[in-house]
Amino acid sequence: MLNYFPSVVVRDKPSVFINILVPVIAVILTLLTGSIIFYIMGFNPFFALYTFFISPISNAYGISELLLKATPLALIAIGLAFCFKNNIYNIGAEGQLTMGAIFGGGIGIYFYDVNGFWLLPLMIIGGAIGGALWGLIPAFLKIKFNTNEILTSLMLVYIALLILDYLVVGPWKDPNGYSFPKTRSFSESGRMPLLFQGLRVHLGLIITLVLIFISWFVFSKTMFGFQLKVSGYSPIAARYAGFSQNALIYSAFAICGACAGIAGLGEVSGPIGLLYRDISPNYGFTAIIVAFLGRLHPFGIILAALVIALTYLGAEDAQLFMQIPAAVGFVFQGLVLFYLLGAELLINYKIVFKK
Amino acid sequence: MNIDLIIGIINIVLIATTPLVFAAIGELVTEKTGVLNLGVEGMMLVGAVTAFVTLVITGSYFLAFLFSIISGLIMSGLFAFLVLILMSNQVATGLALTIFGIGLSSMIGKEYIGTPIKGLNPYFFIILSFVIVFALSYFFNRTKMGLIFRAVGESHTSAHALGFSVIKIRLLGILFGGAMCALAGSYMSICYAPMWQENMTAGRGWIALALVVFSTWKPNRIIIGAYIFGGVSIMQMNLQAFGLSFPGQFFNMAPYLATMIVLVAISSNKLRIKLSAPASLTKPFFKGR
Repeated sequence: MLNYFPSVVVRDKPSVFINILVPVIAVILTLLTGSIIFYIMGFNPFFALYTFFISPISNAYGISELLLKATPLALIAIGLAFCFKNNIYNIGAEGQLTMGAIFGGGIGIYFYDVNGFWLLPLMIIGGAIGGALWGLIPAFLKIKFNTNEILTSLMLVYIALLILDYLVVGPWKDPNGYSFPKTRSFSESGRMPLLFQGLRVHLGLIITLVLIFISWFVFSKTMFGFQLKVSGYSPIAARYAGFSQNALIYSAFAICGACAGIAGLGEVSGPIGLLYRDISPNYGFTAIIVAFLGRLHPFGIILAALVIALTYLGAEDAQLFMQIPAAVGFVFQGLVLFYLLGAELLINYKIVFKK
Repeated sequence: MNIDLIIGIINIVLIATTPLVFAAIGELVTEKTGVLNLGVEGMMLVGAVTAFVTLVITGSYFLAFLFSIISGLIMSGLFAFLVLILMSNQVATGLALTIFGIGLSSMIGKEYIGTPIKGLNPYFFIILSFVIVFALSYFFNRTKMGLIFRAVGESHTSAHALGFSVIKIRLLGILFGGAMCALAGSYMSICYAPMWQENMTAGRGWIALALVVFSTWKPNRIIIGAYIFGGVSIMQMNLQAFGLSFPGQFFNMAPYLATMIVLVAISSNKLRIKLSAPASLTKPFFKGR
């Protein structure tokens, strides 16, 4: 082997500093790669990056849109953190989000001509229950039948989307909606109150911040959080300590499902106001990236949600002003996750250049 | 029952099932070497769009399949670099590959949605899928190289101690999986439904992953599993044609529900899964110390 060839050596203990640095490295490398991609596509990379990442948030409306998109991402990601911390790979948050929207939105449609302060809380609870029930299915199958939760939770996404499709073209279709596949609009009190006049950011943001703060408390100050952490690091140690793995799996899935369900309800009772087919631009899948990019830490997740929300806005602007397909946003999201996972090597290993 | 109808149904089942066979057998080889690649769906989509766009631009079926397979090698090569060299988490990296693939394929294919092409006759690929499965069955059970592949998947430390290059063999397994997923994708966009549509694989990549569990990591059983699925999906179409009044969405759920039922049936026997799954699956290999 060549002398100057770098070699990988195990660190004595994982580096905390690098753990925080890794997401930053990943974002910087993604921006660099992004400029190269834009350059190849024939755009001035500085102009493209400006269009993508700066101009969408250069006014109050843009900031409000950023918060609007970051809200469901952060809420789902904090739920996913409960699963991922325990090495449970729930990747079906998109389905749990859809079920939350169906349960909570269903209440909104039933009371479409009723107004009352109780309606929105009822819908939020409905959303949480819908999402949690959908999340409990893979948990039940994993515990009772040893099935792989990655595959079952994902299959349930497709099933949830088909149920929503059935409802909006069938029994829940707006009788005055001609042939559009959509339901009636919710009544005024079934909508999330707006935080600022004329901007779309709504009460969901406050709910999300409160839930993230509660999660931080649970992770760092409670026995349950401790059990999750131990069981994630070493299932055997958790078993010796007498922690019930089954209870942890059920609660992680239920919490994650409830968070995704509330996020889904927040979408339909926030900016949308009714149910139709495309209620979520893949928030449930993108939140997986947010959770990893935020290092499964509540405050990291808030930052990561803002960064990833920006890729949604940037993609919309890039489509509008540069005729680049909006899917480029997903390419960036995939890239950031690649760099993140690759850079994680540096947490547990160091690169040594032998002389 | 009329014989033409039966032949017709068998024909449709053969055509519809082949992409599942390709993707599942590719993933099976990857998993045999001890690597779980959840990027099947993403690699299929990129393979599908690459083949379609190449065909529209060059008009050559050969180049379409060639470039598609190259795209699969590149996508899986990226995955291999991350999980083998940088020892990243395989589950998360596979998910990243799928998200990346969905984005990349929609971006490339945006201008080609609705472009008409002349579809290719699928029968060559149907036969090819059977040949590949039987050849791999022979490879894993009857050849020395096949045993080495299995050894790497069962216990990478033992295989390494015996002098086999764990990383090289896993790289081969991952690249083969990528090529087969791309082939499955190109079959879909050129033979099965000659068109390009965003997310046109509709979860088949994930069903292929479930088929590997169903097969208990034995190549021949991929065929059995895939054809049960193909049969179920086609049956729902035919029931619909017979005028059973049931909303279409519930028929469309059939493949996903069937996947879950099959997973439950196979996985509930914990011992069987434990004995047949490659013991080193998802475990990274680090040589230095």
